[in-house]
Amino acid sequence: MFRLIRTVFAKEVLDHFRDRRALMSALIMGPLFGPILFTVVINLSVSRALDDEAKPLELPVIGAEFAPNLMRYLESENIVIQAPPESRAAAIDAIKRGELDAVLVISNDYGDQIAAGTPARIEVIADKSDEQAYRQARRAADALGAYSQEVAVMRLIARGVNTSIMRPLNVDLIDVSTPSGRSAMLLGMLSYFFIFAMLMGGMSLAIDATAGERERGSLEPLLSLPVSRDQLILGKITAACLFMLLSLFLSLSAFSVALNFLPLERLGMTPNFGPSVVVTAFFVMAPFVLLGASLMTLVASFTKSFKEAQTWLSIVLLAPTMPILIVSLLNVRTATNLMFVPSLSQHLLLVDLLKNEPVVPLHVAISVCSTLTIGVIVAWLCARLYRREGLLG
Amino acid sequence: MIVVDRLTKSFGDVQAIRGVSFSAPDGKITGLLGPNGAGKSTTLRALYTVLKPDSGTATIDGIDVVENELEARRHIGALPHGAGLYPHLTARENIAYYGRLYGLSGEALDHRVDDIVSRLGIGDFVDRRTKGFSQGQRTKVALARSLVNEPQNIILDEPTNGLDVMATRSLRELVRQLKTAGKCVLFSSHVMQEVAALCDDIVIISAGQVAIHDSADGIREKTGCDDLEDAFVRAISMVKE
Repeated sequence: MFRLIRTVFAKEVLDHFRDRRALMSALIMGPLFGPILFTVVINLSVSRALDDEAKPLELPVIGAEFAPNLMRYLESENIVIQAPPESRAAAIDAIKRGELDAVLVISNDYGDQIAAGTPARIEVIADKSDEQAYRQARRAADALGAYSQEVAVMRLIARGVNTSIMRPLNVDLIDVSTPSGRSAMLLGMLSYFFIFAMLMGGMSLAIDATAGERERGSLEPLLSLPVSRDQLILGKITAACLFMLLSLFLSLSAFSVALNFLPLERLGMTPNFGPSVVVTAFFVMAPFVLLGASLMTLVASFTKSFKEAQTWLSIVLLAPTMPILIVSLLNVRTATNLMFVPSLSQHLLLVDLLKNEPVVPLHVAISVCSTLTIGVIVAWLCARLYRREGLLG
Repeated sequence: MIVVDRLTKSFGDVQAIRGVSFSAPDGKITGLLGPNGAGKSTTLRALYTVLKPDSGTATIDGIDVVENELEARRHIGALPHGAGLYPHLTARENIAYYGRLYGLSGEALDHRVDDIVSRLGIGDFVDRRTKGFSQGQRTKVALARSLVNEPQNIILDEPTNGLDVMATRSLRELVRQLKTAGKCVLFSSHVMQEVAALCDDIVIISAGQVAIHDSADGIREKTGCDDLEDAFVRAISMVKE
């Protein structure tokens, strides 16, 4: 029994290792797609956010001559005052065209209004739909708000009023998240990349078990051999599992390396993704391979050709995201009953690992058992379907 | 020895075969002849156990193909219509894979593979990957693969389809060798001349039934036609009448 399964397994592994194109997508595209995309996107957004802080803000001001004190204050806040467009209308046009990020407009009665103690009108013109430009406008608005606060305090002091009556509440937001915890929000989306890598790793083998063999014309002679169909399908599913594990391991390692190139510390995050987490994560995610391989084999067995199977399996690639997505939207925390759901339980356990929080052994046990049980059930369904006569097409 | 007794099989509303009976003895080549869609492939598929008949029985060396399918398969070497190879494996690996699935291993397996390779004369390309093989080369490797267990009964479904003249001739030669070795060969075709040139017994099948089962001369006599093609057409029409 096991010798024949091993024979099928060994042949599938050899066959797959020789198929360069399938191997590329299984062991290179799948595992590296996530880390590379993640590194590029995070690097871009992080470095842009950090650059914006440090760089002086160049701000054209219309009517700067009416508010010399304010201009001095803005310059002290790392804002460089620039020559403005000739009119307010021209400024609005320039912003609409994206030539300018934000323009300050000071009316000519600014000085009189300040002197009279009535609210002086200042406009910050910006395009809210342009996120980059709007961030600059907000920086300008924040600086103006601070200046306004300063002037208010000075006015109260001049009138002999205690300035603390301006602050009935003293609100302090205390952030208790650990640096690892903050990175976990960002790294929480990683679990899907790993599931994606696993599924990509086993995809072409899963298709090959039915649609591939049929299309090549090798299914019928294979089924006429003195080997039960259960043995054939089990050999093929285990071969797919092996490639999925390889792919998972490559993907985890690639991430571990890629995170070194991310300036996460500068955002106050220290990801907990060392070699020991890689190993633990591997064992937490590994039970998913049987379910993944069986599910793909099951779906592929209904299709007529390799191409059709690929189309359907791209939907299967998305299926494991559903529980993760729903839980992320509802912001659910790790709970015992969620450990019964495959892909979700792996996701939650991985997030705990990344947050450097203790992983509950009971949770791991439930996750492993439940995922493996569902995997066995789907594998059994595959074997049942493999016995159908319709399999020959 | 293959014995088929009142075999029937339907796919939905379509009755593919309705009560096919014949026997193919050892040491002879039996030809299964019929137009496209007559039920040749369905009959053969039931014999090499990838389809289950609705009723009737079939035995391979006395083993029932339904009740004891795994054991029956050990006694058959089947070459289904359009049989494909694994393109990333060499011809030798393709043959050895089937040998292992037949339960062979170690030296016995190597010996069998070498033996079949020399008998089929495929030594020139046996260590190349089968991707890009010609139709003739593919058919020979597929045949070698199904003969690696030295089965007593050989079932060939339209093996000469798509082969050129030279490849067809060498395949015929191989089939004759199998006959000389005392094997039972069951061979399907839709070409009368080919069956007449090769087979000892001819089973003409039409619309899922056996029209006539005899030698080529016997068929000429029964139909009253000297020309084989005329005899074939006459035999087919006999079923419909």
